[in-house]
Amino acid sequence: MFDIERWEEIFDTIRKNKLRTFLTGVSVASGIFILVILLALGQGMQNGISKEFEQDASNRVSVWSGVTSVEYKGLNPGRFIQMKNEDFDFIKTKFENDLEYKSSVNRIWSGLASYKKENGSYRIEGVYPDYQFIENASMTAGRFLNIEDHRNIEKVAVIGYRVQQDLFKKENPIGKIVKLSGINFKVVGVYTDPGGEREENRVFIPLSTSQRVYNGSNVIRNMGFTMQPQNTFEETLAQSKVFSEELEKILKERHTVAPQDTSAINVFNTLTEVKRFFDLITMIKLFFWVVGICTIIAGVVGVSNIMLIIVKERTREIGIRKAIGAQPWSIIAMILHEAIFVTAIAGFTGLLFGAGLLELVGPNIEVDYIVNPSVNFNVALTTVFILIFAGALAGFFPARRAAKIKPIVALRDE
Amino acid sequence: MIEIKDLHKSYKMGSNELHVLKGINFNVAEGELVAIMGSSGSGKSTLLNILGMLDEADAGSYTLDGIPIKNLNEKIAARYRNKFLGFIFQSFNLIGYKSALDNVAMPLYYQGVKRAERTEKAMHYLEKVGLANWSDHLPNELSGGQKQRVAIARALASEPKVLLADEPTGALDTKTSYEVMDLIQGINDEGKTILIVTHERDIANMTKRIVNLKDGIIIDDSKVEQVKASANV
Repeated sequence: MFDIERWEEIFDTIRKNKLRTFLTGVSVASGIFILVILLALGQGMQNGISKEFEQDASNRVSVWSGVTSVEYKGLNPGRFIQMKNEDFDFIKTKFENDLEYKSSVNRIWSGLASYKKENGSYRIEGVYPDYQFIENASMTAGRFLNIEDHRNIEKVAVIGYRVQQDLFKKENPIGKIVKLSGINFKVVGVYTDPGGEREENRVFIPLSTSQRVYNGSNVIRNMGFTMQPQNTFEETLAQSKVFSEELEKILKERHTVAPQDTSAINVFNTLTEVKRFFDLITMIKLFFWVVGICTIIAGVVGVSNIMLIIVKERTREIGIRKAIGAQPWSIIAMILHEAIFVTAIAGFTGLLFGAGLLELVGPNIEVDYIVNPSVNFNVALTTVFILIFAGALAGFFPARRAAKIKPIVALRDE
Repeated sequence: MIEIKDLHKSYKMGSNELHVLKGINFNVAEGELVAIMGSSGSGKSTLLNILGMLDEADAGSYTLDGIPIKNLNEKIAARYRNKFLGFIFQSFNLIGYKSALDNVAMPLYYQGVKRAERTEKAMHYLEKVGLANWSDHLPNELSGGQKQRVAIARALASEPKVLLADEPTGALDTKTSYEVMDLIQGINDEGKTILIVTHERDIANMTKRIVNLKDGIIIDDSKVEQVKASANV
């Protein structure tokens, strides 16, 4: 490798055979370039899909009620099932050890909010303090609702970032009085949600207040729970599945709903959705890998072909070199040295171009489901080495054969 | 310089066996200029290839400058070729992408001579064949005679004991052929041993000895009165 004389010989050959060198280089560089881009897209998709799930806690289980669709125990279909505080309390007590956060939600219809001259229509929901974590919300100012607010039936509200922008403009909303459907509430906090605007378009008030002030009863619209995380994803998933099924069964029994009724009690388990998306991501990544590996195989085949042609083209030259005293090994070394040098330079060039393009364009990509495509540099580097190795291997056999040809055969006039 | 005893060589052509050399006995002393003649198929090129260690004999012995040449592996053959022999081919066999100078310097590269010294030596031999001004030219920028002179310079560059020429004038016109022969005669006059394979009588007459081959055996081996090529130019 450090034989200067041979380096000179190699550079001489490369300089005098520019087209051949260029073609070899392009096939290697484009292979690596495509692989880098593909792997980055796979990573970008994973990032994008993961982001979509950040809007709620990923192990959330939600339940809401609807209208019965089947006749059961002499009761007609078409009954509206109304969940009550007792349902929530029952579930809370029964699964106390399994649940991490829990909250029932009471929705105020026609949620009109106004401050001074500004007003707007928002979702106004009565919730428990735990709801912050179920929604994956974080505070930008003030605090979330607490258990004291709930106990004392305080008229306090936590507003979304978007609501703050609409109603208060640049004014600090904390401590201000906002009118919700005609009743005054004091703003105690502003939250933000990774789910974006749609999720920040809401106002939370204590559940007790919402029930007392707006319809005076103990009805709830839905419930949200998160499970205590287990050691592994699989365990958490299994536990959350069991909980979902139990939850549905209990609620159906309590409200005399047919077990096969699919519309009266609805349970949505985010985790199973997450699982499905993780499976999807795995499939997408696998797909990109397969395509990438196929690209590399195509690159290797291309390099091998070029090496074969090079050796074929140089058979006569090899004969001449042997006739004037070249050792067989020096012939092989010369061809391999050139092949490795060219593939290495080209491979790193492709890698650099791919990584450079990602660096430039990657952070600016704002498409749903593709966020910040990037590539694991080690993986890319490994493929470059694989390609170099494969190219060398592909060059070795024809080179060895060429070195074995008797000079008299190589020199024979065609 | 060269001693050959009872040399046999046959080629397998499918199911047939072609007996090309059927017992060749011949010696070449140092400083001789020998022509090997014969019609095509007489075995003259095969003989030259064996002498040049490009091919191996089936039977018989071959001694070059006191060294028995037998059981050569590729490595040793390459070293002997580089050390003892210089080749001149009918089709020149220059490397197309290398300049005249680099072509001449090639055997020296395989001898492990350093670059500066290589260039100096190669330039010296190019001067000797009268092509010093063409050192930077690629082979396809040279005429046939010039190419053959580059090839001769290359053969000389490694300072071999014997020059082997296979139809060196076969691709050249008469005038150029004589110029090349004049050069070869000049080299011989300086004491180099040279073997030329040819089927042209006038070229053979410019050597000092003619060996006639027919059907794999030597039918005639006699010294001749050398015709100076320069007289014909």
